[in-house]
Amino acid sequence: MKSKERKNDRQQRKEEERLRKQRLKAKKARNREYSIVSYFFVLLFISLIAYMVYFNGWKREEVISSPYNTRQDQFEDRVTRGSILSADGETLAYTQTDEEGNETRVYPYNNVFAHVVGYDSNGKSGIESLENFALMTSHNDYIDQVKNEIMEYKNPGDTVVTTLNTELQQTAYNALGDYKGAVVVMDPQTGAVLASVSKPDFNPNTVAADWEYLVSDSSNSSLLNRATQGAYPPGSIFKIVDTIAYLREHGTIDGFNYTCQGSITVDGHTIPCFGGEVHGTEDFTTAFAESCNSAFAQIGLDLGASRLEKTAGELLFNEKLPIPLEYSKSSFNLGDSPGNPLLMQTSIGQGNTLVSPMYMALLTSAIANDGKLMQPYYTDHVETVSGDVVKTTEPSVYKQLLTQDEASILKSLMVEVVNRGTGTQLAGEVYSAAGKTGSAEYYGENGEIRTHSWFVGFSNVEDPDLVVAVIAEGAGTGSTVAVPVAHEIFNAFYY
Amino acid sequence: MLNLIIELSKYLLLIIILLYTFESFWVFRYEDDYDKRSIMRKQLLLIAFLDFIAFLVIFLKTQELKVIYLFGALLLYYLAVQVLYRIFYKNASILLLNHMCMLLSIGFIMIARLDIDSALRQFLILAASTVIAIMIPVMIKKMQFLKKWTWFYAAAGLALLLVVLVFGADVNGAKLNIDLGFFVFQPSEFVKIIFVFFAASRLYKKKATFKDHVITTAVAAAFVLVLVLSRDLGSAVIFFITYVVMLYVATKKPVYLLAGLGSGCGAAVIAYFLFSHVKQRVVAWRDPFSVYQTSGYQIVQGLFAIGTGGWFGMGLCQGSPEMIPFVKQDYMFAAICEELGGLFAICMILICMSMFLLVVNISLKIKKRFYKLISLGLGVEYGFQVFLAIGGVTKFIPMTGITLPLVSYGGSSVLSTIVLIAIIQGLYILREDEDDEFEKQREKK
Repeated sequence: MKSKERKNDRQQRKEEERLRKQRLKAKKARNREYSIVSYFFVLLFISLIAYMVYFNGWKREEVISSPYNTRQDQFEDRVTRGSILSADGETLAYTQTDEEGNETRVYPYNNVFAHVVGYDSNGKSGIESLENFALMTSHNDYIDQVKNEIMEYKNPGDTVVTTLNTELQQTAYNALGDYKGAVVVMDPQTGAVLASVSKPDFNPNTVAADWEYLVSDSSNSSLLNRATQGAYPPGSIFKIVDTIAYLREHGTIDGFNYTCQGSITVDGHTIPCFGGEVHGTEDFTTAFAESCNSAFAQIGLDLGASRLEKTAGELLFNEKLPIPLEYSKSSFNLGDSPGNPLLMQTSIGQGNTLVSPMYMALLTSAIANDGKLMQPYYTDHVETVSGDVVKTTEPSVYKQLLTQDEASILKSLMVEVVNRGTGTQLAGEVYSAAGKTGSAEYYGENGEIRTHSWFVGFSNVEDPDLVVAVIAEGAGTGSTVAVPVAHEIFNAFYY
Repeated sequence: MLNLIIELSKYLLLIIILLYTFESFWVFRYEDDYDKRSIMRKQLLLIAFLDFIAFLVIFLKTQELKVIYLFGALLLYYLAVQVLYRIFYKNASILLLNHMCMLLSIGFIMIARLDIDSALRQFLILAASTVIAIMIPVMIKKMQFLKKWTWFYAAAGLALLLVVLVFGADVNGAKLNIDLGFFVFQPSEFVKIIFVFFAASRLYKKKATFKDHVITTAVAAAFVLVLVLSRDLGSAVIFFITYVVMLYVATKKPVYLLAGLGSGCGAAVIAYFLFSHVKQRVVAWRDPFSVYQTSGYQIVQGLFAIGTGGWFGMGLCQGSPEMIPFVKQDYMFAAICEELGGLFAICMILICMSMFLLVVNISLKIKKRFYKLISLGLGVEYGFQVFLAIGGVTKFIPMTGITLPLVSYGGSSVLSTIVLIAIIQGLYILREDEDDEFEKQREKK
């Protein structure tokens, strides 16, 4: 009897369950539209939240360290601006507070680091601007911060330890002497900028007092950081770009043959080799080492405008560059239908092409580093006033600019420049060196033809230590001024 | 010392909103009405506590007595609203009411911190709006003929929008407002509601033919087009999405949804090439730093504010949100992120989401199709406006310059949102009353 009841019970329950499911199903069908709409909107809200998390977790630092951000300046009454140090521990900038609480920004090296460290009055520039956020943020010990708040003392801002090396900077600064121009020294394997000089310069300690003069003196434009913002015709160092274009067209430099007669004339336009020198029959390596204009003008004609343009684009001409400070883009412009004269001019680095010393340093460091362009940086790490590290810059690859093969061919070409070409002054040292000289012609103030002296190169070819880019405005050929400057820098590093 | 108090306060405010947000979702786990009510009472306490801390900090920082007045006025307002609703509409959704009070609180705290006089002005508008709104649920119950006014809605709505297009004041290239001297009136905020009534009155009939839908769609498209011509892109997108969703739910045909969204994307692309102001917005969205001096300035300043705030914020009165142009109207979210922090802001997004889901749920349970569609349409308008406002400020999507409902400063925005919520409450009460009657009848049997 009981078991029968239980059976009925179970059946009844089953029946109920079935009905319930049926109802649920019907309800679901009725509400499908509502479910879809609800899910869609929940997805929208969740994506907003996900974006907030992404922004705060990954994008935030990059956005707020923008030099446009002046919010940190509002913390001035709560934070004392942090110091800027060189990689070797020397103080490049610090804030001095007198007994009455007046603050002065002091730059112990005066003019030597003027452009790269920058200034902090009448606006900001250089690392002062780049790292403004870190300098005005205190990661001081929490208890100290609380203590300072209660005592109404200011908290000390974080210290920015740069990648700059005082010895290299000082050497480069002295070596450039009274020439206008710029020097950039980098570690090609990390992207760290070790020295960055620009002349004419100014004294950051007295920027506020000298301001009127500095902004009005357009013949010197001393405030311009020529290392990153300078725009110069590259002259023969552009032959590096020609070579890369040639490699991308032909895959190899073997089999190249040219007979130089001291000049080349096409469509009534003549390109002479430097000093009217006749190089005779030469292979690619010799043409590059001797910087034979005739050969490269011919190479340019053979490659054609579109190939050159394409390669230039791939090498970041007319593109954004990964330079953290204010910079000028490299420009390459052949126009719509360039004639042969412009094409020949362009191939030897004249024409409309303009580059900054920093760009040339980047291109050279990519060659030195197996084709990998490292993201350049000026800040090694940020630490608290008591030395605890807050944030470290990890070297990162910006882009594989060249293939390994291309890089190694260029390396060997640049080695030959030092062994038997225009850069022989760098041979015979304890370190090996490679490079390319350039003499870029331009019209001086009185319409006379003058020559910028260029050199780009690197030391310790197998495992490169330093990349150097030098330009001395109107100083003559590459080997007369720029190469000796690079030579002094290499020597300072190795001796 | 004061800085320390502020530092502490920001963590307290965060804890309060975390608890509140948690409970707004947790409350659904309770079956029992008594438990639910007790949680909702707790939420009210949290809101009061949040206001107390925030206004205390603002007062200490500004030493402005008006801050205390505002705090008092707000507390009285919350008390009045909660009591009035409980007396007159015992079936109202208290959670919806709480969310409204919470979002208003966040808004008032930030507006008061930016400009106390604006906050007081906003409060007066809020109070006036609420007096109007408190009668709406009764009106909805009595006015059974609302669904017959189809062409009145269409004519009135379009006329209002056209008036703005022709006579509107030009603000940053967009025509949004009519200046009435004492009050800058933004008609699109009200047409938003009228539009939903229009669409619902056309779509609720089950036997509507394809031809009917074409006519309805054409009128809806006219609304959107006038808005685009007035350069009120945010409203245009909201109207569009709302209509597509209503059409889809009313007809249950996914093909309408897909066709609608597809043609929307097409129209967006055409608008991009046709109108320079659309293109400008997209450029400023993709890389605001490249147009920093012009159209990117506001976005970049907003991002600086959000970034500076980080997860925990700078603390009330410790940031500089006033550097953002139109911060009270368009960039409240960035100001909240800067001073109260990203986590606080995320909680606020969750509260907005809960609000949206509540409304959709109300719509789901209503039996009469006309009311059902109205509730859904208004909910979608609210939800999508929140998405556009927050997405634009955070640079997740292009900026459309739309207000964050209940949080942003702006008379028209407050009035229309309060009315919108009152309508939804009215529909909710109607539905609950139906249920009550149903229960009574069953008991009689």
